[in-house]
Amino acid sequence: MTNSADNPTNARPYARPYARPKARQNTRPKARQKVTHTFMAVLLGLSADAGLICNEVLAKAGKASQTRIDRPDAVPKVDSAMKNSREGIAHLLNRTTYGMRPGDIERVQAIGVEQYLKEQLSPESIPLPSAVAQVAQVPALTETPLSLFLNYGKPALKALSQGGGKTPEEKKALGKVVRETYGKMYQDAAKAHLTRAVDSPRQLQELMTDFWFNHFNVSSDKGLDHIWTGQYEESAIRPYALGRFRDLLGATAHHAAMLFYLDNWQNTAAAYRPVLNNPKAKSKFKGINENYARELMELHTLGVDGGYTQKDVQELARVLTGLGLQPGGGAGLALRNVMQRRQAAGQLGQMQTNSIDMQPFSRRPRQRGIRNYGDAVSASTIPGNPKTGSFFDARRHDTGTKVVVGHTIQGSGEREIEEALDILSRHPSTARHISYKLAQYFVADKPPDSLVQKMAATFTRTDGQIAEVLTTMFDSDEFWSNANRNNKFKSPHRYVISSLRATDATIDNVLPLLAFLKQAGQPLYKCLTPDGYKNTKEAWLNPDSLINRLNFATALGANRLPGIRVSANPKGDVTDSLSTISEKTVSAIEQAQPQLRQSLVLGSPEFMMY
Amino acid sequence: MNRRDFLKTAGLATASLLMPQVNVWAKTSGSAASNSGPTNKLVVVFLRGAIDGLSVVVPYSDPNYYKVRNNIAIPPPGNQLGVLDLDGHFGLHPALEPILPLWKNKSLSFVLNSGSPDPTRSHFDAQDYMESGCPGRKATSTGWLNRLLAQLPDNHSPVRALNIGSTTPRILQGPVASATFKAELKRRRSPIDNEVIASSFERMYEGRGDSLERAFQDGMEARTTINEKLSGEQMQANGGAIQAARFGAFGKQLGKLMREEPKVQVAFLDLGGFDTHVNQGNGKGQLANHLQVLGHGLSDLAESLGDTYQRTVILVMSEFGRTVKENGNNGTDHGHGNFIWALGGAVQGGKLMGYWDGITDRALYEGRDLPVRTDFRSVVSSVIGEHLQLSSRQLQTVFPDFSSNSDTVTGLLKG
Repeated sequence: MTNSADNPTNARPYARPYARPKARQNTRPKARQKVTHTFMAVLLGLSADAGLICNEVLAKAGKASQTRIDRPDAVPKVDSAMKNSREGIAHLLNRTTYGMRPGDIERVQAIGVEQYLKEQLSPESIPLPSAVAQVAQVPALTETPLSLFLNYGKPALKALSQGGGKTPEEKKALGKVVRETYGKMYQDAAKAHLTRAVDSPRQLQELMTDFWFNHFNVSSDKGLDHIWTGQYEESAIRPYALGRFRDLLGATAHHAAMLFYLDNWQNTAAAYRPVLNNPKAKSKFKGINENYARELMELHTLGVDGGYTQKDVQELARVLTGLGLQPGGGAGLALRNVMQRRQAAGQLGQMQTNSIDMQPFSRRPRQRGIRNYGDAVSASTIPGNPKTGSFFDARRHDTGTKVVVGHTIQGSGEREIEEALDILSRHPSTARHISYKLAQYFVADKPPDSLVQKMAATFTRTDGQIAEVLTTMFDSDEFWSNANRNNKFKSPHRYVISSLRATDATIDNVLPLLAFLKQAGQPLYKCLTPDGYKNTKEAWLNPDSLINRLNFATALGANRLPGIRVSANPKGDVTDSLSTISEKTVSAIEQAQPQLRQSLVLGSPEFMMY
Repeated sequence: MNRRDFLKTAGLATASLLMPQVNVWAKTSGSAASNSGPTNKLVVVFLRGAIDGLSVVVPYSDPNYYKVRNNIAIPPPGNQLGVLDLDGHFGLHPALEPILPLWKNKSLSFVLNSGSPDPTRSHFDAQDYMESGCPGRKATSTGWLNRLLAQLPDNHSPVRALNIGSTTPRILQGPVASATFKAELKRRRSPIDNEVIASSFERMYEGRGDSLERAFQDGMEARTTINEKLSGEQMQANGGAIQAARFGAFGKQLGKLMREEPKVQVAFLDLGGFDTHVNQGNGKGQLANHLQVLGHGLSDLAESLGDTYQRTVILVMSEFGRTVKENGNNGTDHGHGNFIWALGGAVQGGKLMGYWDGITDRALYEGRDLPVRTDFRSVVSSVIGEHLQLSSRQLQTVFPDFSSNSDTVTGLLKG
C-alpha cells in the first residue's frame, strides 16, 4: 500500500522526524545549526511548512517572516499578506520558475506577488539581458525549415549516405560535415534552450514553453526533426506559450517538424494516384496515415477519454490529407524549374505540378541537371508556407464530406483543416484536458478536481486564453494550500536547471548537461513518444536516476563539470533555493567538509522537490 | 492464496491494463513470494540499425541468393571465408564461428522471416514499435520488457532487471526499476563510490521512510552489488576498437553477474552499427567485423553464465531486415522481415524455425524484402509464456494488442 509520505495530498515529504506539529512549534535552531543555516536558504526557498523552516535562514536574510503559520496543517487563508510572506513567495517562485536563484525572494518582495505575476504573464514586459537574447540568434532558431534543410540537412544526409568514408581522412572530413550541420543544429538549439531556462528573467514563459513543447512533442531523433526541433520550439511554441490555445494548435499543426514527426506529410487521399516521371520510382504517398489525426485528438486536444471514436480518427485523418511539407531539395528545385519554364511559356494559370510526384525533402533527389544545391532557393518560387515549412497539396487531399466529433465538415480543401482545429480547440473535453495537465504541472501530480473545473471554465469562457487559465490557477486556494507545497518531484530537466540557478552557474559548454539528461532518461528534445515527457514523481523517481543526480550534484557543486562554473562560494552557501530543510539534512551537511557542502545541498532530498 | 493469485483466478488481472501505471517498485508489495530455487532468466539483445539477416543465416543452396548479391554474397561452405554449414541449405556467417558450438550442442536456433508486422522502414519508428511491443500505436509509454517484469514475481532485488548501457532504453521504460551499468574494461568510479560522499548522502536519506529513501537505498545496493561482482575483472579487449572492447566485455560481465546474483531475472543490451547501406562486405568487411564482436560476446556470455546458461534464453532481434538484393553501393537498404536468434539451455536448438518461401520475387514482401511470417511478439510470447511461466492473461498485459493465434511458434523451447 502507498506510504503516506508518498501521498501528495498530505505530503510533508521532509517532515520526518520533525513531522509532528508539536515538535515543530518548539523547534528552535540549535547551536550547531548555526554554521549551516547561513548556508541553507537559497537552495531551499521558504515555505509555509513552518516547522521545517530554519529560523536562522530567515534571520540571516534579516526578514524573519511576519506571517509565520503556527499550525502548519491548517489551510492558509489566501490573502495578499499570505502570498507576500516569504513562504508564499518561495512557493510561488518554486512553481513559476525553474528554481530559485539567490536574491529572488527579495526581488519579488520588492514589487509584490501581484505585480510579479502580472509581469511573468506578459513576458514581453520584462527586458531580456543581451546574453540571453543573443543565444537565440542562431540559424537553428531563425532560419526557415526549408533553408535549414538545404543548408544543414542535405549536406549531412549526403555525408551520411557515404557510409562514413573509406580512408581515415575521408572519415574525418565526413564526420566534420555532419558535426557542423546536423550536430550544430541540435547543439545550438539545446544551448539556447538551457541558457534561457537558466538565465531568462521570463521564467514563466520558459516553463510554459517546456510545458507546451512536451504537450506537442516532436523528437529530434527522428530524421529531419534533428535540424527542425529548435526552430519548432522557437516559432511554433514559444511565441504562443502564454497566448491563445488555438494559435498554438495551428502553429504546431502546420510546422514541418510536427508534420514529419507524426507522418502527416505522407497522409494522402486513398484515391490519389501519383504521376511519376520515373516509372520505377515508388511514391511515398500510399494513402491515409492516421498517426497525426489520432494524436491530435488523443494528446493535443480532447484527451484519451475525450469522447471520440476510431471513426472520428479516420474522418479527421481525411480532413488532414494533403497537409505536408514544402517540396524542397531536389524535388523542390525540379518543381521550381518546371514552374519557371511554364511561367516563361505562359502556361501557369494555376498551380499545376502534375509533372512530378513531389517527394518533399527527398533523400535521394532525382538529379535533373541541377547539381548545385547551394543555388539560392527563392522562397517565393516554392509553394507553401516558408515560415512553417508546410505545403497543402490539393491533389492529395480527400475532397469528400467528413464528420468529426459530430460536426459535418464539407469538402473545401485547406479550409477544412482550420475548421477541424476550431472544433477541437473549443470542445469541452479540450478545456478539461489542458486544464488538468496544467494543474498537474503547476500544482500536484493528482490535481484537485475543483481546481481543474475552475480552470476549464476559464478556458471555455476566454476561448482558450492560456494566461487567463493560469491566472485562475494562481488565484485558487488549491494552488496555495499547504498540501500542494513541496509536493512535486523534479524531473531531471528541472533538476539540472534548478541546480544551475541555485549555484548561479555560468554555462560555456552544454555537453555535460546534455549527457546528464540523456543518462537520466530525459534527453533534451528526444522524447520518442508523442505524449512528451511526464512531470510526475512516479515517472522520474527511481534508484538509478537518483544516484545519477547525486553524482551530478557532487560534480557540479565541486566545480568539476567542464565548461560550467558555479559561483565562487567559499562557504558553500547555496541553501537559499530550498524551501524546507530537515534536521537530518542540516546535520549531514554540518558534518561534512566545507568543500562538499554545496554538493550535499544539491543532492539533498529537499532539493529533489519543489 | 495471496491477493495476487486471487486476482488472477478471479480473472481480474487484466484490470491492470486499464488502470494507470503504478510505480510498483516504490511500493513494497508483500505479495507473490518468489518461487524458491533458481529462477529462469531472459536476456534480450537488440541489434540497432537493422542487421542483414541473410548474411547471418545464409541460404547458400539457393542459386537466387548468389544472383541477387553479386558483391556481398558469402561463399558456400568449404570456400575461403565461406559460410559454416548449418543444415545443408543454410550456413552461418563465418564471423559467427564462436557460436557454432551452440548450434552443435543444440542450444541455438533462428526463427526465419520474423519481425514486426508494421510496414515502416524508419529505424526510429520500427525500434520504437519493437520495444514498446505495440507496433503502429505510437503513444505507448512503457516498454514490453518492463511490462513483463511487472508480471514476474517481485523478488525485491534492485538488480532484478539489468540494462547494459548508459540510458534506460525504451524497452525497459516503465514503472519497474532497472539497474543500469556500463560494460567497461575497467570499472570506473563515480563520486558516489567515494565512501565519505556516500555516507554523507546516506545520513540525509536514511530513516525517512519514504520513496526517496527507498530509491536511494535500492540505488546504492544495486551499485554495490555490481561493483562487487565486477571488481577486479580486467576485461580483455577483442581487438582495438572501442566498440569491440565494449561488446567483448559485455558477455563476460553480464554472464558473471547473472551467475553470481540469482535474483537477476531479465537483462537487456543493445549494439549498434548494423545499418550497412554502403560497403557491407561479405565473409569479411564491415558487417563481418561487427558479427565477430557479437559472436564473441554471445559465446563469452554463454560460457560465463556457467550452469545458469541452462535456465536462460537469449533473444537477439533487430527492428527490421534489409533488402534481399544488394544496392548500387555494395550494401543493402531498409527491408522488412528478418531472423530472430534464440540461444540458451532452454532452447531446443540445432534447427531452424519459422517459415521459408525462398527469395524469388513472388515470395518477397513488396517484391523486395523478406516477409514477416512470424510476428516477433509470437516468438517472445512463446518464450516468456513457457520459460517464465506467464499465463495467457499475463501475456495480454505484455502485448496488449496482440493475440497469438496465427503463426504461433511451437517447439522453440525444450518441452
